[in-house]
Amino acid sequence: MVPYMLLLPQLAIVTIFFLWPAAEAIQSSFYLEDPFGFGSTFVGLDNFTDMLTSTDYGRVARFTAVFTFFVTFLSLGFALLLAVKADKVLRGASTYKTLLMWVYAVAPPVAGLIGVLLFDQHVGPMVDLFAMFGWKMQIGVNYFDTSFAMIVTAVWKQIPVNFIFFLSGLQGISKSVQEAASIDCRSGFRRFWTVTFPLLAPTGFFLLIINITYAFFDTFGIVDVIVKNEPGNNPVTLVYKVYLDGFRGNDLGGSSAQSVILMALVFILTIIQFRLIERRVHYT
Amino acid sequence: MAYRKTVASFVAAAALLGTSTASYAATDIAWWHAMGGRLGEVVVDIANGYNAAQDACKITPVFKGTYEETLTAGIAAFRAGEQPNILQVFDAGAATIIGAKGAVIPAQDILENAGVGFDIEDYIDGVRYFYADSDGKMIGMPFNSSTPILYYNVDALKKAGVEAPKTWEEFQEIAPKLKEAGYVPLAQSHLPWIFTENFKSRHNLQFATNNNGYDGSKDTTLVFGEPIKNHFSAVKGWLDDGLFGYYGTGWGDNQTPFNEGKVAMWLGSSGSFGGISKTVDFPFSATYLPYWDAVDGAGTGTFIGGAALFSMAGKSDDENKCVASFFEYLTSPEVQYMWHKETGYVPITNAAYDMAKKDGYYESTPAAEIGIKQLTLPGGEWTKGYRMGFYVQIRDVMNREYGKLMSGETTVEDAFATIEADGNKLLERFSKTTGN
Repeated sequence: MVPYMLLLPQLAIVTIFFLWPAAEAIQSSFYLEDPFGFGSTFVGLDNFTDMLTSTDYGRVARFTAVFTFFVTFLSLGFALLLAVKADKVLRGASTYKTLLMWVYAVAPPVAGLIGVLLFDQHVGPMVDLFAMFGWKMQIGVNYFDTSFAMIVTAVWKQIPVNFIFFLSGLQGISKSVQEAASIDCRSGFRRFWTVTFPLLAPTGFFLLIINITYAFFDTFGIVDVIVKNEPGNNPVTLVYKVYLDGFRGNDLGGSSAQSVILMALVFILTIIQFRLIERRVHYT
Repeated sequence: MAYRKTVASFVAAAALLGTSTASYAATDIAWWHAMGGRLGEVVVDIANGYNAAQDACKITPVFKGTYEETLTAGIAAFRAGEQPNILQVFDAGAATIIGAKGAVIPAQDILENAGVGFDIEDYIDGVRYFYADSDGKMIGMPFNSSTPILYYNVDALKKAGVEAPKTWEEFQEIAPKLKEAGYVPLAQSHLPWIFTENFKSRHNLQFATNNNGYDGSKDTTLVFGEPIKNHFSAVKGWLDDGLFGYYGTGWGDNQTPFNEGKVAMWLGSSGSFGGISKTVDFPFSATYLPYWDAVDGAGTGTFIGGAALFSMAGKSDDENKCVASFFEYLTSPEVQYMWHKETGYVPITNAAYDMAKKDGYYESTPAAEIGIKQLTLPGGEWTKGYRMGFYVQIRDVMNREYGKLMSGETTVEDAFATIEADGNKLLERFSKTTGN
């Protein structure tokens, strides 16, 4: 009995904050509800069919996939590069590391705000910079330009987290393995891909999950600030659309249906990751 | 023992004191609003003025964020039984709150129940029926009311040697000259509001079935005819020829180039007047929203945008009386005139308008009168407004499709077909949620 008692606080938190809201969401996804709570009508799967047949949903889903891919890939790639380079720095190492990490402390909406200032179509310095190369950026007007600004801001915000983990991962690789490898192979590039990189795989795998979740959910603040609360013709992510329909538009049923889909998506993603990818990762 | 007695008598005295103060205390009422910045300061001034003017009631204004956030906060509070007495709801959210039978007490009822005189004829034309039900009963008390008008840079027009256009035909004549003079001739800040809703009103065209949605949400559908499609074809043409600037969905992004003197004419809110006069360093003036002379019966007035104050249900009679007395204070000519002068929003009553005229306000600043004059232009069958649910999303659909149109991703025909399809689906969904 005692072990269960000790588990109770954790179970209570999971139930109250995760299971109960999830159950509520699933229930209200089958209803059309008056926002003021005067009544709700059971509509079966209407919310789901309405959503999947709307012209917009596919576009938002596609953008979310592209956005997640680029944010994950680029922020992991840049962070790994920076970590490998920072690992080799001997003098003033902590200064470098601090400089690379501070962005971690920036809250997503603030990061979005910085992005907005940098990419503003009237006064943004980045826009002026790209204009010199003949690219006339128009954030908020051009779909591609807005996506670009969003991805850049989201990647910039995420690099430090990945950097910290990669760096500690690199420092955890034992010196004797590295020395043995350098006797066997002179090419630093090959040594990295055949020895260091596989040893970093557990860290990388963990970060992959963290980054996909980040791109899916935590970029909300960045998206919100960049589109300035006016979706218009701008790219938005699935999570942002849940907010738009539910909290801006007061369509509770439709918004719940979208979050149920999102829940299922994350569930499937997690299973795939742990079933398929984890088998190829070696924990030393 | 003596000690105990003393304490007991103190407690009794305190209790007596407590009850006696309670019976004389002012009744507290809360007012949730969405007026940020300078507007928020004026809201606080109004509340303080009301609190100072009488003792029975005390109003507390609370800023709740954007219009959408304020409505959502009000709805959540209502569901929890914690609603404020007064909630500010914007034009696009009107159908949501009016459609929820039992969520609000009509402004007209609350005033009449409290014995305050009410005559809808006291309110100016364009304001009168926008927040009313299909029988013409006023549900929401119009608060910050504005209408789209054309602002122009006087220097720019002088440089190009042209006059501000009255019609879009005139605009097409003068626009190339403005372009030659080095300006982007025109920009606007809200395509659904200015080029859709008020386009319909300015040309006296039907916007939706069921009497523009006022007669109930069931089977209400959007109506888009040739005039509005022709208008958007023309706008797209102007954009391609460099006669029109489109800077996205954001209000400020489109106003900034006008303030910077790059855009010669800008379509914005009559409520933008105060802000522009503090920002720009060139002489500017304003005129009516242009219309197409070629459309039969065009040139009618516009209706208001902005927001209204709704008295939430489920409050005590005392509090409702306070709400009524606050509405009475708010609609008094002095307060309306102050609000009009400080913010640029139009005064909502004829008496306040007369007061502003008598005071000579429009002789010194004629541009401040354009909004109210446009609202009092002769009306028609389709100029009193619209009532559609899930309208926030419908506007989002419009903005999306118009944005695609401007960037060349879609055509006028396809854009309106999508707006109709998605919009009608939203209207149908809304009709199901309220069941009326």
